[in-house]
Order: sequence, then structure tokens, then C-alpha cells
Amino acid sequence: MSTQVMTLVQAVNHALDLKLAEDPAIVVYGEDVGLEGGVFRATEGLQARHGEARVFDSPLAESGIMGTAVGMAAAGLRPVVEIQFCGFLYPAFNQLVCHVARMRNRTRGKYPMRLVVRFPYGGNIRALEQHSESPEALLAHTPGLKVVIPSTPYDAKGLLIAAIESDDPVIFMEPKRIYRAVKQEVPLQKYTLPIGKAKVLAEGTDITVVTYGANVRETQKALALAKKDGISAELIDLRTIYPVDRATIAASVRKTGRFLAVTEGPATCGVAAELVTIVNEEAFLNLAAPPARLAGFDTAPPYARGEHFYFHSPERIHYELKKVVDY
Amino acid sequence: MSHPLFEAFSPAAGGRLQIMDDEGRVIHPEWMPALADEQAVEALRRMLYVRTADAMAVSYQRQGRMYTYPPNYGQEAISVAVGMVMRDEDWLAPAYRELGAWLAKGARMKDIFLYFGGHERGCHLPEAKNMLPWAVPIASQLLHAAGIGYALKYQGKPGAAFTFFGEGGTSQGDFHEALNFAGVWRAPVVFVCQNNQYAISCHLSKQTAAPSIAVKALGYGIAGIQVDGNDFFAVYAAAAAAAEHARGGNGPVLLEAVTYRLGAHTTSDDPGRYRSAEEEALWAEREPVKRLRAHLADRGLWRAEDEEALVAQFRKDIDAQFLAQENEPYPLEDVFVHHYAEMPDDLKHQMVAYQKFENWKESHR
Repeated sequence: MSTQVMTLVQAVNHALDLKLAEDPAIVVYGEDVGLEGGVFRATEGLQARHGEARVFDSPLAESGIMGTAVGMAAAGLRPVVEIQFCGFLYPAFNQLVCHVARMRNRTRGKYPMRLVVRFPYGGNIRALEQHSESPEALLAHTPGLKVVIPSTPYDAKGLLIAAIESDDPVIFMEPKRIYRAVKQEVPLQKYTLPIGKAKVLAEGTDITVVTYGANVRETQKALALAKKDGISAELIDLRTIYPVDRATIAASVRKTGRFLAVTEGPATCGVAAELVTIVNEEAFLNLAAPPARLAGFDTAPPYARGEHFYFHSPERIHYELKKVVDY
Repeated sequence: MSHPLFEAFSPAAGGRLQIMDDEGRVIHPEWMPALADEQAVEALRRMLYVRTADAMAVSYQRQGRMYTYPPNYGQEAISVAVGMVMRDEDWLAPAYRELGAWLAKGARMKDIFLYFGGHERGCHLPEAKNMLPWAVPIASQLLHAAGIGYALKYQGKPGAAFTFFGEGGTSQGDFHEALNFAGVWRAPVVFVCQNNQYAISCHLSKQTAAPSIAVKALGYGIAGIQVDGNDFFAVYAAAAAAAEHARGGNGPVLLEAVTYRLGAHTTSDDPGRYRSAEEEALWAEREPVKRLRAHLADRGLWRAEDEEALVAQFRKDIDAQFLAQENEPYPLEDVFVHHYAEMPDDLKHQMVAYQKFENWKESHR
């Protein structure tokens, strides 16, 4: 089986390329997506290979991008749209919440929204305002959407193809901090990874740590620090925020008896709060310590000079992990 | 009562106001604004200041001493001209590429460097009069200007709200809503579109099928005019007319200034990917500083030999302001204390928890 070394953003590009070649119903568009190939180059070369009718620049209007995707999906296309940055998603929220998420239900299944909304998210890259947020909780809180977040090039390809082939609208959030941070051998042939399935990255006996996206790497570093303290931690990459893989989390916590969720968005009503609830519901009698979360502050992500306070360092994750183990 | 400029250059007829040609010669003296010699000289001084500060900002970014910055290069006439028209009682709802207007409102380079250097204190703008902070979400600030216009009218206050945006921003729903609201309210708002022809890589032709941006004013029942945005006098004349129109209770104006972004979209962008060197060279010939300089030199108001010393003085001032903010402290409290009038307990706990971690880290070094 032939493979190629790819970054996460190259894996996204490769997945789009494969699907565009395979399925004429797919169209890819957004701001600077065509000629420029996207500001992060996620769509580089796709317009040249698949033509302007299928890969193109939209006018600068996120609500327009989202609303037209609703129409295209209703009429039988499979739009894969890009929002340039997570912080520019908000103008599209009306279309996303009122139409993308609800059309299947409203039409009793007559018009499923077979579309994917991709965007880079997350911070700690010293970007401008509105370029650093993690709004996955807002999206997972919207009934009708599936929310997927890869953490490796391999996962990015398999999950994006699965998202494009999904019969439901999928929000595909790309951790831009690690767009180019890791390279991995990725098979060139088509494959999919199941949406709604987490992955156990490391087995352990003392504590279960669940995270996703760019924080997987920071958490792996934290686990190395914890190992020196003699802590054996089990690490789970959630990969899909909704529908969440309750079974994998439950099985792990029943074994370890301790739990820490590591997320980047604001703590209140965030994804970590949901994970802690799942642990309470599924493994309460197995717990040796209160399930804990390390989430973002309930603040806007600070500008560049204050980012180090907000985004989790391996040391901070290690510290929170130890607190749970030493409880 | 519409200003004669708006009659003469109706966007329906496709007119574009130009007063000075590419060589700085006055070709339409009938529209030349009544500016004293010192004011015309002041305009060039400001444009040179903007150009110098802008180039230095890019260079600080390249040195790793500042973060992403959107250059003004080639567009200096617009923000400087509008800045000279704005009065203290006028408001400014900025985007992020109109340095001359921020300075005219009283923003200091120190504040600007703080903001683009990644510090929230930059948005405080302690010495600026009636200026909102920058708006990164495209065209969102246009609605703020419409609201300010309503408030000024309601309060019986003099002045108008000025707002800036690019031609790309006109594709956003907020553009339509803002012009519509301001039109319905006959609010004193001047919408300044810097049509620099590119929204990052996306050319104007992919942004609208309309023959101009200015013509969109017709759909909202408001005044509109297109001007040569690299001609300081044309921008000034139109901005002054727009201010008079708005302040006089005649409702909003859409002012389209046609220009060209000679620099990158931001320091993260490479224009070589989407436009040709020939096109850039063509527009470099029409750039606004060169034109006003030639014009003033011709009138005996500007001597090339004085410019070097002036720019050197600017550089000194700008560098001093950069250094003044480079080591601005960023304490942990800055992340938390300004979100609410009174900090909620949960937020206090989060701050304390982080501090405990920092203490633990210190003790484990």
C-alpha cells in the first residue's frame, strides 16, 4: 500500500482531492479557496485540477456561504465549504442553526443536508483577534450537527472523507496550531474513520485523560511528565465531539477510577462539562476522585501577549492530572 | 438638499471624481477644495507619516517584534483626507486599514503598536476622541456607525459617524443592513469604502456584478459618489461634501474611493500568488504620495530636500512610540478583570486556580 508523508493540512487537501475526483456532486468553496488555495493552503491546486465550477472563491460573506450550501445540498450537491477562520463563523450562525442543522428534521428527511463545513480553529498561534477561538461547544450544542476534530494527518484524511460521505451535516474543525506541526505516513488510497468513535492513544491504569485536537500533543507531553511521577495515565483522543463516544470513555474510567478532560474553549457549559457528566452517569461507583476538567477561562482568548496564560501547557495539564491522582 | 458634487458625479451615470492627474496636475479646478496652502502641505506630511509608520510596522513584524499587521501602502490619501475632514465631535468606527484616520482621531502609534503587538490595552485608546476599537470581523463595524448616527441625531448632537471598509466587505449582509438602517433613519453616517480591488486574493470582479460600489447607494435611497482614491484632493472634496451632507441632516453617504493595495493584505499574505508584477507596477505609478508631492512641488510648497529630514524625524518619533510599548506588562489580571463590571465568582476562582499553578510551577523549578 503506497503512502506519503503529509502534514494535517496536506491530508485535508488530499482528502478533498480524492473525493472531488470520485464524486461530481462535490463542490468546494469559500473565501480565497479557489485561486489562492485557501489562506492555509488547504485547497491548494484543487481549482486547477477540478475546475472553477467545482472549486471556487465565494464573495466575502459567511452567511452567504452557509445559506447557499443549504440550497445546493437540497438540490442534490454535496458542498464542502470553508469558513476562513473559526471567528468568522458567527455571521453564518443563523443559516447554520436554523437551516443546516434543522432541514432534515423539518422536512421529515426529504432534504437531508449532506454538507461539510470546514474551518481552522484554536489558538496559541499569536494571531489577530477572532482568529483563536474554540467554539465546538456552541456547535455540539446545536441539535442536528455532527462535530468532528482530528488530531493527526491520518485521522484528518479518514474523518474528512467520512464527513463528506455522511448523510448528515458535519462541522469539521481543523486545529490550525498543528496544521504543519506533525508529519505522518498517510495511505494514498481512500479510507474512512468512523464518526462518533474515540481512539485510545495510550493505555494506563491510574487516570483517564480525554482531549482532542491540538491539545492531544500537549497532553502527551504532560503524560510523559506524569510518568516520571509514577502515574500511569490512559489517553483518549475524542475525535468526534458529537455524537460522543460514551462507551469508550465509560470503559476506561471504570478501569482507572479517575478522570480529567482537557479542552480549550471556555469552561462554563463547555465540552469538558459534558464529559464529566458522562463519567458521573457511567462510572460513578468506580470513581476514586471527583472527575475534573481543565478548560479555558471564561474569558475571550487573550491577544498574543497574554496567550500563555490561557492555552494549556504540558506543565499545567500535568499539574491538574496530579491533583486528581493525589486527591 | 444634495451637494452639487453628488449631482455632478451621480453613480447612476458612472462618474468618478478626479481633480489631480497621475502627475499631480490639477485637471478639474472647478472641484478643487478650498484648502489653505498649509493644509495641503499638512496632508502630505500626514501621508508621509502614515507611510513611514506603516513600513516600520511591517519591519517590526519581520523582526519578530510585532504580530500580524495589515499595511496601508498605496492607500494613504484616503484615511488622511477623511481624517482631515473629521472633527472631534465626529465618531470613527474603524476597520483595520485606515491608519491616517486613527491618528487624526487621536490614536497614538503606541496604542496601535500595542494592539497589533498582541495587547488588549491597545484598544483602550486613552487619548482618542470618539473612536471605537478596530473591527476584524468584516463589515461588522458598519452597523455600529449606523447606531452612532442614530444616537447623535436622537441626542441632537452635532457631528457624524465615519466608518471604513473594503470592497470585499460590501458582500457581507452587515453592509446591506447598515446602509439600509442609516438610510431609513436619515442618520448622519459617512460610509467610506476603500476599494483597493482585492479582498486578500479575491479580485473585485468576483465580489460584485455591480458596475461600481458607489452605485449601490441608489438601492438604499442615499447619496453615493465614486472618487479616485489616490487623488488626495478628490477624496478630501468628496469627504468634506459627505460630512456636510450628513451633518446637515440629509442622511448617510456612501463614498467609494478607488485605490490599490500596493502591499500585502497582511504580513501573512503573499500577493505574488494572485496578481501580476505588471499590474502592481501600473498602480505604483498612480500612488498618492507621489502625486501630491509633485503637485505641491509644482506650487513651490514642497522641497524634496526637506523631505529626508522630515521622514528621519518621523522615524525617530515612531520608533520611540514602539519602544514605549514593547515592554508593556501583561499581568494575569489583564485576562480577567475587564470582562464584567464586577467579576463573577467563577471567574475569580479560575484566576486563583491559575495563580496556584504558577506558584506550584515556581516551587518545582
